[in-house]
Amino acid sequence: KIIFEKQWFYLDNAIGHIYGTTFEVTSGGNLQPKQEVEETTTETKEAGTDNRNIVDDGKSQKLTHDDIKALKDKGIKGQEIVQQLIENSTTFRDKTEFAQDKYIKKKKKKYEAVITIVKPSTRILSTMYYAREPGKINHMRYDTLAQMLTLGNIHAGNKMIVMETCAGLVLGAVMERMGGYGSIIQMYPGGGPVRAATSCFGFPKPFFDNLHEFPLSKVQSLLSGTFSTETLPADPEENALLEEESNGLGEEKQNSLQETEEEPAPEAPMDINPAEEHDTMDINAEDVEFKENKEKENKESVREKQIKQWERRKKLKEAAALLREKNADGLIVASKFHPTPLLLSLLEFVAPSRPFVVYCQYKEPLLDCYTKLRERGGVINLKLSETWLRNYQVLPDRSHPKLTMSGGGGYLLSGITVLLEKGSPDPRNSEALKMEEPSSKRCKLQELPC
Amino acid sequence: MSFVEYGDTIKDGDTAIVFLGHESMFPVKVQHGTVTQTKYGVIRHSTDLIGKKYGSKVTCSKGGWVFILHPTPELWTMNLPHRTQILYSTDISIITMMLELKPGSIVCESGTGSGSLSHALIRTVAPTGHLYTVEFHQQRAEKAREEFREHGVEHLVTVTNQDVCKNGFGVTNIADAVFLDIPSPWEAIGHAKSALKAEGGRICSFSPCIEQVQRTCLAMEEYGFTEINTLEILLRVYNVRTVSLQIPDLGKAAEDNSSTVFDSSSPSHQGSPCANLQQGTVQFKSGVPLREVVGHTGYLTFATKS
Repeated sequence: KIIFEKQWFYLDNAIGHIYGTTFEVTSGGNLQPKQEVEETTTETKEAGTDNRNIVDDGKSQKLTHDDIKALKDKGIKGQEIVQQLIENSTTFRDKTEFAQDKYIKKKKKKYEAVITIVKPSTRILSTMYYAREPGKINHMRYDTLAQMLTLGNIHAGNKMIVMETCAGLVLGAVMERMGGYGSIIQMYPGGGPVRAATSCFGFPKPFFDNLHEFPLSKVQSLLSGTFSTETLPADPEENALLEEESNGLGEEKQNSLQETEEEPAPEAPMDINPAEEHDTMDINAEDVEFKENKEKENKESVREKQIKQWERRKKLKEAAALLREKNADGLIVASKFHPTPLLLSLLEFVAPSRPFVVYCQYKEPLLDCYTKLRERGGVINLKLSETWLRNYQVLPDRSHPKLTMSGGGGYLLSGITVLLEKGSPDPRNSEALKMEEPSSKRCKLQELPC
Repeated sequence: MSFVEYGDTIKDGDTAIVFLGHESMFPVKVQHGTVTQTKYGVIRHSTDLIGKKYGSKVTCSKGGWVFILHPTPELWTMNLPHRTQILYSTDISIITMMLELKPGSIVCESGTGSGSLSHALIRTVAPTGHLYTVEFHQQRAEKAREEFREHGVEHLVTVTNQDVCKNGFGVTNIADAVFLDIPSPWEAIGHAKSALKAEGGRICSFSPCIEQVQRTCLAMEEYGFTEINTLEILLRVYNVRTVSLQIPDLGKAAEDNSSTVFDSSSPSHQGSPCANLQQGTVQFKSGVPLREVVGHTGYLTFATKS
């Protein structure tokens, strides 16, 4: 049983229909109405020309609230309720044709509950997340995500590095574009990658065979050559709760120091039902339960844990080996962290002549990032950009822009890597450098998650 | 090299991009024994290019140097020889996502034009997808075929020289997506519908004028397309500059100015402009919009066949 837009229903009846089928909700189940709904023919095509004589006295609708409620309770079809409302509206005939259209549309929306079931895709999910959970994806508008996929030349066969804190939406988008060909290394902060949105895509199992993950906290050691898999990053409980995406499997998420062994981080929630609504759990109750179950589980699952840990180490080694080759085909960054330190480190793993794209909700960090990249060298064609999206209503004699969405969709910094020559900085960039402020007064970077 | 697969080193027959800096670049066909003239001097393919790594700095005869880049559809878009007005990457991005293209997708396109979008589509649907592109202008169709051959993607694309409004796409019920960039797209909606798979697919039409959009939307509705949605996407590019503004002299001492007028940015406050008080000026970084920007390319109308 799921709830959607103040309606609850069971999905059982939907099975076996093709994607794109529209359903009408009855009391608790799904009916399958015809694709083409018969247009309600308003036989009397009477309409006014303007609203000079329409007075808003609040009495134009002869049906009362109670009447309408009674109609609903009888379980009468929404279509008929709309028809009733039209017939009982004294002003309907005086309205212009356009206004009549609008009136009908509005009432239909309210009384005719229809649901279309569609296949998940980047288009659908990125639109949905931007509308419903923009905070979880750092307010990345779907057109911005589209730019990233293109600017990053994401395609089958790539070896990509992805660093995101967008609930796994960006990862899913990259996976869709790669179609299971090539490999992805996901860099994650904290105890494990968040892939709540990724699981909504419904990717086939093989897509995950070449998906690796690597903890951000190990990047420095990997770059300096002191990396070992002996100490895995701990999985602080608060991290999982902060993300609100905790999968609630029976994994211990206690980071207690008395423990002799490290806890394995929870697997990404790939094997549980992809629920689109994440309920915030009652933390305290969970805690108590954890403690009770812990002792039992500890005895039972020590071996299991060891196996898991060994597997995790193996995976970590694989990811480390892939990164060490320093020949990735691109880098995608979209996170809540400051982009500059991420970029300066992660670009080391990218081959020359490959595109990289950084998303940030704000312009200023990217200005800083631009400057620092110029100083570092090894990149060309740096571009700071933003897209605006405008939707249109297109109807005969009634076409106009709907709403402008500007700002709030985030910014992108993109560029191409080139072979970094140790030595003097690019003289042709000196002009750009001259425009930057003197280094003595430069802002100090603090790696704080904002 | 191929447009659908990265290669490490430059080989004979590759198309490479010579990057001169400051947005100025051009494509070059790498061939033994050939030389290319640049403003920094001559590049000799045999010695300067072949065998070198993509992304390396190549020193030209006059001592100047350029970077040689691996081709991508995006770089190609910026450098291709125009035979028609072309689509740029901003529109291409949203088209690709809204048409739900991915490896394995079958796409129909008309007209082929200069092949800017075609290259991006091929890149996205490779290695198992296919592009059927229709161009009614014979020379343009020929030229496109030749380019696809040179770029190592001919196995992923079929170019047909016919009028899509009269004869359609030459395929039925196999496409996941259809893209139209023709003067009268409403005349091709029926053909688009029959080209799309029986179980449905997506369509997009690109038109510069709203009147074209209106006719297209009506045609789409007539043919039973749903989810009809028209949008426009605009790119804003910013130059990164450090700006310094003078502090007006109000007859106060300089220290007073700094403490009362400016909340000197604390280091913890990320991304705030750095207020630098030097000789009565404040400096900060700014993303400055370009003086002239593209205000309109075209309207994109999307719809679903289900």
